[in-house]
Amino acid sequence: MSPVNAVLRRELRSYFVTPVAYVFLVIFLVLAGILTFYVGDFYERGQADLQPFFVMHPWLYLILVPAITMRMWAEETKGGTLELLLTLPLTLWQAMLGKFFAAWLFIGLALVLTFPIWITVNYLGSPDNGVILASYLGSWLMAGSFIAIGACLSALTHSQVVAFILTALVCVLLILVGQPQVLDFFSGTLPRRLINAVAHLSMLRHFEAIARGVLDIRDLLYFLLSMIGWLIGGVLLLDMKRTR
Amino acid sequence: MIETDQLTRCYGNLTAVDALSIRVEPGQVLGLLGPNGAGKSTAMRMIAGFLVPTSGTARVCGHDVSREPMKAKRALGYLPEGAPSYGEMTVREFLQFIIRMRGFKPDAGYRRFEAIVQQLQLEEVLGLCIDTLSKGLRRRVGLAQAILHDPPVLMLDEPTDGLDPNQKHAVRQLIDVMARERTILISTHLLEEVHALCNRVVIIARGKLLADATPAELEARSRYHGAVSFSAPGSGMSQEMLGRLPQVAAIEVDPLDGRITVFPKPGERILEPVETLLREQGLEVSEIQLERGRLDEVFRQITTADVSVGGHA
Repeated sequence: MSPVNAVLRRELRSYFVTPVAYVFLVIFLVLAGILTFYVGDFYERGQADLQPFFVMHPWLYLILVPAITMRMWAEETKGGTLELLLTLPLTLWQAMLGKFFAAWLFIGLALVLTFPIWITVNYLGSPDNGVILASYLGSWLMAGSFIAIGACLSALTHSQVVAFILTALVCVLLILVGQPQVLDFFSGTLPRRLINAVAHLSMLRHFEAIARGVLDIRDLLYFLLSMIGWLIGGVLLLDMKRTR
Repeated sequence: MIETDQLTRCYGNLTAVDALSIRVEPGQVLGLLGPNGAGKSTAMRMIAGFLVPTSGTARVCGHDVSREPMKAKRALGYLPEGAPSYGEMTVREFLQFIIRMRGFKPDAGYRRFEAIVQQLQLEEVLGLCIDTLSKGLRRRVGLAQAILHDPPVLMLDEPTDGLDPNQKHAVRQLIDVMARERTILISTHLLEEVHALCNRVVIIARGKLLADATPAELEARSRYHGAVSFSAPGSGMSQEMLGRLPQVAAIEVDPLDGRITVFPKPGERILEPVETLLREQGLEVSEIQLERGRLDEVFRQITTADVSVGGHA
């Protein structure tokens, strides 16, 4: 078995041995339900789609993903197990990918467990299941990007609280940066081109594009590249720890 | 084999390990000795590939730890200081994780797991969380982790620190058994350990190598080497007589228990003349001892001498 796989299995198991996994799953599912039905006006809209459900995902991830990723490296640094892990025969990349995929699969599981809401909407009407599937994919990709950010920032510090706050901060910036209110605020002072470029950095914009059911290669690339970029950052930070 | 060449590590302005060059051959158990903060752990962390040296190189079985880290790590079993492990895992899960990381095939991995569990007597705690184990057991789990892949080179950072005398004895026996064909590097600040385990000693302080010798050679540097000590009540008279022996350099009396220590002049043997004299005087001597030398005294001599030199620099 490859080291990536071994790390992945260990991480996943540690989620489920400690209450992290169950607390996360319960809160995620309950919040997703409440937000969809009460805040998202699922019934009142009278439309057979899951748009009010997916619209809430960025905000759910904003709180819950940093909670998953904050311990990823911070805990290992503090507990001294980082020394154990990194003197085993694996590269920093293998360690990072193992941890990343463990968290990503876990969020995938959380998304799969929202299936009752999909059954509900199919029972009530006849939604476009292609769009729903695309939305799930977009949501999962966005979660992956958030996780990569968290993985990187967790490598920065040995304090889990600091890791949580930094990750949430970066994520909220990346959600908000494309919002019209934010862009309008800067439209007077910054050149048009820069504002357009900044708008393209927005998670929300790319997520919404996929959630409409349009799988544009640029949106997929955006998420893929942001994952790779943040993971590279995390590996570099870990490597710096060894030289500092 | 472990070789380091001018291995150096700085933290900001502080030089934790300063141009350390050592070489440990198969069959040797090298004790890395030094006061707290001498750079023992930092040196080991560099050899293990956890820290990157500021300059210099380290090789494990001929593999440079920076250029061929995977090969070096495969040849090495390493117990980090404090034996860190994943507390939320059970002993079984933890060892199986290490087996997977070490790339064992399922069959071979299982056989190895059984053998290690038996060797370190972990059968009864396999199902327990590591967090709930005593310090000694946790250390044993750490050792199991380090020797699981039967490595040719073993590096243990304070393997018996915080253990009770029985546990220390068990760990030492284990190391003794493994020592035959392996290269073993142990760091410690316990001098008793050196006698019990090591056939070579390297003393470092402030990151610098200060001595590299066998335990016996170090003892020979002691003032007490070749001295004779005995307890004899009412021996005030004979002290004077002892002082007149041509081979004797000095006499000291312990103010607490009245034990007398006779120091030889360089190169002289004094056990026989002292015994003869005591017999002639008709003194009742309950027990007489030829001292091998005191490691703690040599250790203090070597490591504190460096501090004063450093102070002037």
